Amino acid sequence: MEMQPVKFYQTGTFTVGNRLLAEQERSVQANMDRTNSINSGHRACQGCGEALGARYAIDAAMRAARNQLIAANATGCLEVFSTPYPETSWQIPWIHSLFGNTAAVASGIAAAMRVKGRRHVRVIAQGGDGGTTDIGFGCLSGMFERNDDVLYICYDNEAYMNTGVQRSSATPAAARTATTPAVGHDPGNVFGQGKNVPLIAMAHGIPYVATASVANLRDLERKVTFAMGIDGARYIHIHVPCPLGWGSLPADTIKIARLAVESGLFPLFEAEHGEITGRTKIRHKVPVEDYLRLQKRFAHLFGDPPERARLALIQAVAERNIARFGLL
Amino acid sequence: MDKPFAITLDVGSSLANKTGSWRTMRPVYVDRLPPCNNACPAGENIQSWLYHAEGGDYEAAWRALVADNPLPAVMGRVCYHPCEGACNRGKLDDAVGINSVERFLGDEAIKRGWKFDRPAKETGKRVLIVGAGPSGLSAAYHLRRFGHQPTIVEAGPFAGGMMRFGIPKYRLPRDILDAEVQRILDLGIELKLNQKVSKILDTMNEGRFDAAFLAVGAHIAKRAYIPAGSAARMLDAVSVLRGMEGEAKPMLGRRVVVYGGGNTALDVARTAKRLGATEAIIVYRRTREKMPAHDFEVEEALQEGVLIKWLSTIKNMADEGTLTVEKMRLDEKGFPQPTGEFEILEADSLVLALGQDVDLSLLDDVPGLSIENGVVKVGPNMMSGHAGIFAGGDMVPSERTVTVAVGHGKKAARHVDAWLQGTVYSPRPKHEVAAYGKLNTWYYSDASKTVRPVLDLARRTSTFDEVVTGLDETNALFEARRCLSCGNCFECDNCYGVCPDNAVIKLGPGNRFRFNYDYCKGCGICEAECPCGAITMVPETI
Repeated sequence: MEMQPVKFYQTGTFTVGNRLLAEQERSVQANMDRTNSINSGHRACQGCGEALGARYAIDAAMRAARNQLIAANATGCLEVFSTPYPETSWQIPWIHSLFGNTAAVASGIAAAMRVKGRRHVRVIAQGGDGGTTDIGFGCLSGMFERNDDVLYICYDNEAYMNTGVQRSSATPAAARTATTPAVGHDPGNVFGQGKNVPLIAMAHGIPYVATASVANLRDLERKVTFAMGIDGARYIHIHVPCPLGWGSLPADTIKIARLAVESGLFPLFEAEHGEITGRTKIRHKVPVEDYLRLQKRFAHLFGDPPERARLALIQAVAERNIARFGLL
Repeated sequence: MDKPFAITLDVGSSLANKTGSWRTMRPVYVDRLPPCNNACPAGENIQSWLYHAEGGDYEAAWRALVADNPLPAVMGRVCYHPCEGACNRGKLDDAVGINSVERFLGDEAIKRGWKFDRPAKETGKRVLIVGAGPSGLSAAYHLRRFGHQPTIVEAGPFAGGMMRFGIPKYRLPRDILDAEVQRILDLGIELKLNQKVSKILDTMNEGRFDAAFLAVGAHIAKRAYIPAGSAARMLDAVSVLRGMEGEAKPMLGRRVVVYGGGNTALDVARTAKRLGATEAIIVYRRTREKMPAHDFEVEEALQEGVLIKWLSTIKNMADEGTLTVEKMRLDEKGFPQPTGEFEILEADSLVLALGQDVDLSLLDDVPGLSIENGVVKVGPNMMSGHAGIFAGGDMVPSERTVTVAVGHGKKAARHVDAWLQGTVYSPRPKHEVAAYGKLNTWYYSDASKTVRPVLDLARRTSTFDEVVTGLDETNALFEARRCLSCGNCFECDNCYGVCPDNAVIKLGPGNRFRFNYDYCKGCGICEAECPCGAITMVPETI
């Protein structure tokens, strides 16, 4: 048997950086010269998961594109807190679109670049779950169907946070929002079938679809970098907790995102041309309650007595994800 | 206006918006005291030397280690490693094998011939050190590094003290001990062997010493009155273990009984086995739980075939080689009480391992110096009642281990140094201990402890080869990297990465990080996601 060299790095690749790793194996975020695409002074709330997710993703995309990048940004929190005219936090070429048409605007930019012969300039469209899964859904589907050369990134905080926490089609079952109050015999959001946009994107057979989480930087950066390396329509869906809308502590943003992954409620996977090609395994499985308890939007489930039946339904969603995507 | 259509204002940066004003809590970098460092009787900065070892810079690691302890190869073999008992990783999977890594570094230093740094200056002050055991050697080493001129006076024929005459070869090979002692002496320390100091003040006057450090070991065996026939062979543990160092090994016979329950009793029983005894029986008056010996040593002894009779006392020893043993039972307070039941044990020899005392005769007639319960009374600065005479190791009240002795040597050296300069040494206040709850263990890779290989059983009971062998380079590196770096930043970049506001400034390798309070909103993610608990949140004064 051949000897295996020792490959143990104390914190492995779970931390952002690691002085023991070779330079090229370190994350983009560990780099002193990272772009800081979205700079200090933005008006996002304390502990904003979306501001963090956007910097993770766009910094990685900037490195992959050698800084030749244009981003179109749907209306939503990300646009509002980053760019109150005439100030902006963006340190990249960036254009604000309407709430619903950012996929179309990005498609147009990609077409313009092609016509001008500047194929090396890459195009990203980004928006929240409202602008992606509800309002911009038609434009998004069209972009997929035409296989336009755009990477679309959805920052999913599971409701319309910018306008005061109204439900979106990405809001999970039982969650309290301004439009799904925790009253009556079916408190919070309905237990429907949900609207799983990553799976819908896969159904278009586009070259690449992935989910990612702010709790797993290495995984996120790897997926963005991979997506930037291929042409055609690509979609990455990033889970970004919202302390304001979810009623969680600002300091718990990453912890909550991690528990969503570890419970199985937010599966991390990737797919090429409609087929699942990879999944990120759960490291230490936790019950969904660990995730739900930290958020006031689910507080009504933990009254006296707790809503056992509903908790069991949510647990069943997690178990289905685990079985379906092979997360254990 | 030369602006494009519909544009009236220049593009401004959000840097104009100082979001730091939102903050009610402020993150602050801290250094907390790692529990291993806190538990080390020799005051080693374990985490700091592991940090260098993790990066593969073993020489830097060794130099950080010997800043506190000049005997790492010895320590890596004989220390009972309270550090590992305190290690936070023990709550995660297994404690870091600190002792194994220490031994690896010590052995590496011997192999590569690393030498200590010479003192930066010479003070010309002369310090007398009585006893060349761990405490005396440690004090001499530290005093020499301060630039003083220590002279060690040793009553025995070799340096090492109890490390040589109390610890068997299978736990501490003598070439290792010799190498580490010689490296200390090479700093320019005079060692006088076979000279017993009988009057401390006379010796100090004759040698014109400015101060003295007394580090005499506990070499006198405690006795118990056991009626015995004139031909009965009764010995004490100290002389058996000491006899192992000479040419003529002690004659113990085929059936050996050892009386006592400490580590020394185990050492003697295991030594007897190696000398060819078919039976080595330890007789101890209480139970295994009450035994002062360390559990792993009991375990190793039992594996080697040593037998232990619990709850038994020895009543007498007859000429024909039989012992009368009385059964005991524990009373409500946990003290052994006689039961009146007797049994006979056959024994060619009986070895008493009932504890040891220090020979304090050299201190007769020293004004001011006081002795209580057979040990010297010293202040917090290790100085006895007589100005300029310090004491440590077995001579003062404390646990009698090599590690404690080395720690005393260092502590005393610092106080002696201050005293020689007419100042007072006051140690820096200790940081708050980095408790397990301060860590975010998610970020550490799962990796359980690399167990040191143990010498094959058949080989170990017949020879004096070292029982526990060392780690090699790859697994020592692995073991070092299991350190969680509790309470001290190890530059994992997490705070720099997880801040949603870019309010953490990375200062580059070795320089850690700085908060940009102009923009830090005080969300606390950095504190929550710091693996090692090196950030704390403090309220802002508003």
